[in-house]
Amino acid sequence: MAEVLQHDVLVVGAGLAGMRAAIAARAGGANTAIISKVHPVRSHSNAAQGGINAALLDRGDDWEDHAYDTIKGSDFLGDQDAIEVMCRQAGASLIDMEHMGVTFNRDDDGRLGTRAFGGQRRARTFFVGDFTGQALLHVMFEQLIKSGVQRYEEWFVTALIMEDGHAAGVMALEIRTGELHLIRAKSVILATGGCGRLFEPSTNALIVTGDGMGLVYNAGGQLMDMEMVQYHPTTLAGSGVLISEAARGEGAYLRDKDGNRFMEKYAPNMMELASRDVVSRAEQTEINGGNGVDGCVYLDCTHLGEALIMEKLSQIREIGIDLAGTDMIREPIPIRPGMHYIMGGIKTDIEGRTNLNGVYAAGECANVSVHGGNRLGANSLLDTIVFGERAGNHASEFTRRMSYPEFDINGTMNRERRRIQEMLDRPENGDRWSAIRRDMGESMNRNVAVFRNEEGIEETIDDLHQLRRRYENVPVHNKGKNFNTDLIFALELGYMLDCADTIAVGALDRKESRGAQFRTDYPERNDEEWLHHIVLTKGDGGPVTSELPVTITKWTPEERKY
Amino acid sequence: MDVTIRVKRQDPDAEGERRLPYWQEYPVTIADNATVLDALIQIREDDDGTLSLRCSCRSAICGSCAMRINGHAGLACKTIANTVVQDGVITVEPAGVMPVVKDLVVNFDLFWEKIEAVDPFLKHMGREPEGEYIVSNDAMLHLSGVTACIMCGACVSDCTVLEVDPTFLGPAALAKAYRFTADPRDGDSDGVSMERLWALSEPTGVWDCTRCNECVQACPKGVAPMDRIMAIREQAIQQGYTNNNGARHTDAFTDSVGHSGRLDELRLPIKSVGGFTNMPALMDYMPVAFRALRRGKVPPIAHKNVENVEAVRRLFRQLEPNPPEPQVSNNSPFG
Repeated sequence: MAEVLQHDVLVVGAGLAGMRAAIAARAGGANTAIISKVHPVRSHSNAAQGGINAALLDRGDDWEDHAYDTIKGSDFLGDQDAIEVMCRQAGASLIDMEHMGVTFNRDDDGRLGTRAFGGQRRARTFFVGDFTGQALLHVMFEQLIKSGVQRYEEWFVTALIMEDGHAAGVMALEIRTGELHLIRAKSVILATGGCGRLFEPSTNALIVTGDGMGLVYNAGGQLMDMEMVQYHPTTLAGSGVLISEAARGEGAYLRDKDGNRFMEKYAPNMMELASRDVVSRAEQTEINGGNGVDGCVYLDCTHLGEALIMEKLSQIREIGIDLAGTDMIREPIPIRPGMHYIMGGIKTDIEGRTNLNGVYAAGECANVSVHGGNRLGANSLLDTIVFGERAGNHASEFTRRMSYPEFDINGTMNRERRRIQEMLDRPENGDRWSAIRRDMGESMNRNVAVFRNEEGIEETIDDLHQLRRRYENVPVHNKGKNFNTDLIFALELGYMLDCADTIAVGALDRKESRGAQFRTDYPERNDEEWLHHIVLTKGDGGPVTSELPVTITKWTPEERKY
Repeated sequence: MDVTIRVKRQDPDAEGERRLPYWQEYPVTIADNATVLDALIQIREDDDGTLSLRCSCRSAICGSCAMRINGHAGLACKTIANTVVQDGVITVEPAGVMPVVKDLVVNFDLFWEKIEAVDPFLKHMGREPEGEYIVSNDAMLHLSGVTACIMCGACVSDCTVLEVDPTFLGPAALAKAYRFTADPRDGDSDGVSMERLWALSEPTGVWDCTRCNECVQACPKGVAPMDRIMAIREQAIQQGYTNNNGARHTDAFTDSVGHSGRLDELRLPIKSVGGFTNMPALMDYMPVAFRALRRGKVPPIAHKNVENVEAVRRLFRQLEPNPPEPQVSNNSPFG
């Protein structure tokens, strides 16, 4: 039997939130480890292009303005106490990142430069070209190296171990060798990112499979507001790869097939820089009304000039050339709304605590509820850093005077080993994970997308029941030990099906239109009945829903217009 | 488009034949604008679940899918299949230099060891400012050209020095090092990273690069690692780190050409190691010298000037008082 590893704080996921949490926990004195199914710099935080929001007081900005924009963006579903925490902390966290070495673009005076972003009344988005996420992620990894946190790279977590209602560790597969390990822990911080791949297409990387949400859900934890799925207004025709909001932030236009800037019909003040749910709905309305071309409308950057594009948008220009054969300097590029982000996730408080003792969550997998019904662009990087740090701090403190929970180590190990062996031993006939995942993705994208209605959502819920039955027999063709991705993908699909269930059930439950949830059968926001969160827990026959009030500190819900 | 993807496979853990590299051909039908990665994903999903490769973002930002495509390292997700297909075939192999874990997956331990060896984090001497460092946008844009590196390993794969000398820090780690030596926030109050430049001038550092340019060709993000290595050499010489073979070689080269208009191949190696006082290094040359002698390849002992040597010397004189601008911007963080 392999040796048993143990750590005070074990962070699962090594994107920005996870690494920030690990660094904080280590700085707090905890024996800390971080485990990730990919090398940290391969994490999906990379894909954040446009920037990170912060209201810097010395620029004449005010965190309360940032908070208000965020709350309005959330369609008043965000918890205002959490939003206050994030927006107050933003400036300090931003400067921290700059001191760590992020090469932020500057203004003429050598100070941090800003660009405009959607849903905000002033430019407070700080950026590194159009690869801000990558720049932050790599710098955070540099700090992780410096911190002395133990790293388990390319290890995949297959189960969360709970003992007596308390986190006790995880089971993990070392991908390179195929070895199954048990890691004991006093607390587990989940920072595993979103679950975008359960939609097809999606801007998300192939690794974004809802692992942490699935782990918590299966351990009896709470997910919240899972119906709130963001469709990004500008994803590339064909591959569905993201084209940053930075393009519109720098002044790009959206045009229909005749060249009209159709946003004036939907958001006469903010135009292309209205919040993402509003812009995506406008585009889809135009496309459905026959004003698009091949299911797309156009993003027009041609008036921005080559110099600006080369300095600030060069990566997305490359993507357009590589993947769509279109150079945005010279011609408009075809784009459409595409699944991008999930506002919902593991319910946490402002310290990152979940309803499971010793289990924390931060970043996209979590829902501390700063994004509510719709996330503003460039608030996600901020969310990861602020709440990653808080979770790490709290977990470090929490584990200080406790001992490792005792449990049946051999029994746990053997059970998990048997479960995985049974998957490997299945007969090779039957649908592979790839076919099931594609069918799931298409069903979700058909019925639980920009526009939704009861009939469609119910159809997808039926589909998901069928898919789950197919999944029970899913074969694993690769029987080898080392780098058996066939096995990993089959395991991930389980997490994705759990997440898909909760998204569909949440969408069916919420009989109103708010933020990213637009029900054509309930087209109005209904604060009387639906100004509350939807909590989902695992029941015998699928997700069970309950309600939680929205925390309102000082901004009363009002009509939302851009 | 119909195309055959020819994949070099290997399972070092397996028993029998599959332990060793072998070729497998997969005929696939893909869209005209499909990438090589699209084709490989299609194979993995529809044809053969045993094929292992790393990939994630599909948009050249995560750095997972570097591999050799038709013999040269690049990102599979950034390579449009129909631009590389040759007689209906695309050949795909794992990245070089690093050992194979399985099929197209290589072990990156060597890669990361080298990155960690250059102390890859900002080291500012003295107190941090209260707000952000005040630095020019140009300095940051210049650095962003280097921090655009996604650590995919394509440069390391095709590095002709690492292939034979695994002690070399290599193109990725040295580009990473440059990202700090050229950062006005790193090092002393003038933005000079003395300790780094000293360490990088040691053996295994910048002077071990042979300037073959393969890394520049392989890099999918335009980082041009070799150019960064050359820039570090320049920075190090400027800071007086000339007591090494590389810097002396550069000096001896310049002296020889500046004086006689041609290279004195006999004295160049002697000057490079520090002259006749460095007997151990000179002894190391002996086997090469004997072989050269036997084959009649010893350069002439009497070194002659080129015909119009004055013209060359004039050129050198013109350059001397105004040495070329360094390629490095070292703006002070405080002004």
